[in-house]
Amino acid sequence: MIWNETKECMSRDQINNLQSARLRKMVKRAYHNVTFYRKKMQQIGLEPGDINGVEDLHKLPFTTKQDLRDNYPFGLFAVPQSQIVRVHASSGTTGKATVVGYTRRDIEIWQECVARVLAMAGVGSHDIIQVAYGYGLFTGGLGLHYGAENLGATVIPMSTGNTQKLITLMQDFKVTAIACTPSYLLHIAEVLEEAGQIDNTHLKVAICGAEPWTDNMRKQIETKLNIKAYDIYGLSEVMGPGVAADCKFHKGLHVYEDHFIPEIIHPETLEPCKEGEVGELVFTPITKEALPLIRYRTRDLTSITYDECECGRTIARISRFKGRSDDMLIIRGVNVFPSQVEAALLEMGETSPHYLMIVDRINNLDVLEVQVEVEERYFSDEIKQLDSLTKKIARALHTALGLSVKVRLVEPRTIERSQGKAKRVIDRRKFD
Amino acid sequence: MIIKQLSVFIENTEGILECVTDTLCKHNINIVSLSLVDASEYSVLRMIVSDPERGREVLKEEGLLAKLTDVIAVKTPQKPGMLHDILTAFRDANLHVKYMYTYSSSENYATVIMRLSKLDTALSLIKQKGYEVCTDKEAYEIVNLN
Repeated sequence: MIWNETKECMSRDQINNLQSARLRKMVKRAYHNVTFYRKKMQQIGLEPGDINGVEDLHKLPFTTKQDLRDNYPFGLFAVPQSQIVRVHASSGTTGKATVVGYTRRDIEIWQECVARVLAMAGVGSHDIIQVAYGYGLFTGGLGLHYGAENLGATVIPMSTGNTQKLITLMQDFKVTAIACTPSYLLHIAEVLEEAGQIDNTHLKVAICGAEPWTDNMRKQIETKLNIKAYDIYGLSEVMGPGVAADCKFHKGLHVYEDHFIPEIIHPETLEPCKEGEVGELVFTPITKEALPLIRYRTRDLTSITYDECECGRTIARISRFKGRSDDMLIIRGVNVFPSQVEAALLEMGETSPHYLMIVDRINNLDVLEVQVEVEERYFSDEIKQLDSLTKKIARALHTALGLSVKVRLVEPRTIERSQGKAKRVIDRRKFD
Repeated sequence: MIIKQLSVFIENTEGILECVTDTLCKHNINIVSLSLVDASEYSVLRMIVSDPERGREVLKEEGLLAKLTDVIAVKTPQKPGMLHDILTAFRDANLHVKYMYTYSSSENYATVIMRLSKLDTALSLIKQKGYEVCTDKEAYEIVNLN
């Protein structure tokens, strides 16, 4: 079902006109209300009046995650704090979180976008949906929660962590839909399988996201659980989950262009890519009141098409993600930068700062192992001391990353030294 | 007296023990006694060798993490209750045994390597109780142990 046919099936001209009008207003708001944008535009001699429409978008400067960090916590907000009704945050590379805010209107638009995603996946008011993303500062839980409520579905705010309970409630409540990371869903499927309960659910649809996955993984989920699975994409800086999602034809993720203008650029030259060419995805959210980002660089690599989809939607589609233009990893839905590990080790100061991160998917759950070299001056020949060092490192990394980490002590000088760019990460997960 | 034990960090990877024995062999260093702790990810190999200083150096050159640790080698007479007697004395003095292992066993003595919280106190206690410890020469060269 198409939740908002007016907005999802406009002609290209209508889309351009709507985007242009909204972009003009948004640039004005950003220029007048956010010092950062005013300065940035003044530096290159640009005024809000120079932006007449989407065709002028390329004149505007980019915004990066670093800009959000530099203006921590509320520096990029365009409205007084009294108008902010909610704040979300994700962990940053250097300990400082990336903070995003929403006005009441921003939240309404978010709910609308998520409702569109769910409707596209065939979820409706008769459905009972378990939201098994983390609730809290992470946008996944609350984002899906309010979107599903807006749609009129019955929401079970499950959050993450207790698979057994999730399964019990899934069976007892006759849950028909679930929203969680794809790897977690495969894990749930395995637990069901082991208990001989795989055919004993009412589940028919899953909305999965917050981490990269493949078509093969989708098919695996669909076959194992005998359901349909859909891909949902988003990032907190731009809004949260619901910026884009796929329909039953699975030929790319539909971007809600009435709220977000997508661009694809070469990550090196920053020049626009041709339609269909792989590059870095850039978003300009044009209706956001609290945090009006201009040309936000997502670092996600993908391509775009403006062809009408078989489902009837005319809005642009982005292809499955091909990777990242930076070194960020997504582990169990949590964004992790290798530099966070380094910073945490240096801060702790009881190990060498040489480390190797090994990411793997074991029984469909992402596992992060961090190998750390033992330094001679911290080497004790008592196992108790070495164990307590291991635990201390694990605690420090857990605090820094928001993710449990398996720490492994290794001999000194066994981790490859930096000659140019050191190899800090081995990702054994298969995304192709 | 206090003697030097050679302790090596052993990552649980293939061939690492052979690397240690190979290095020591090449430099003509004899392993007199050893203990390998069993842990899942890594372990510590503790050894009494003929030349601990040199042993540490050559292992370090090989890229291994090795250090010297102070321990004592207590000559426990070969009859029931002797070790118990020593340990009781340690306990009464609030000394804490971190680890121990057998160095050698002969007709007269079972010699035990011990790592304790306060080695000096331990040494004087042992003396008070009338027991003996090995000198470094005795330990490294295996002499006078009968």
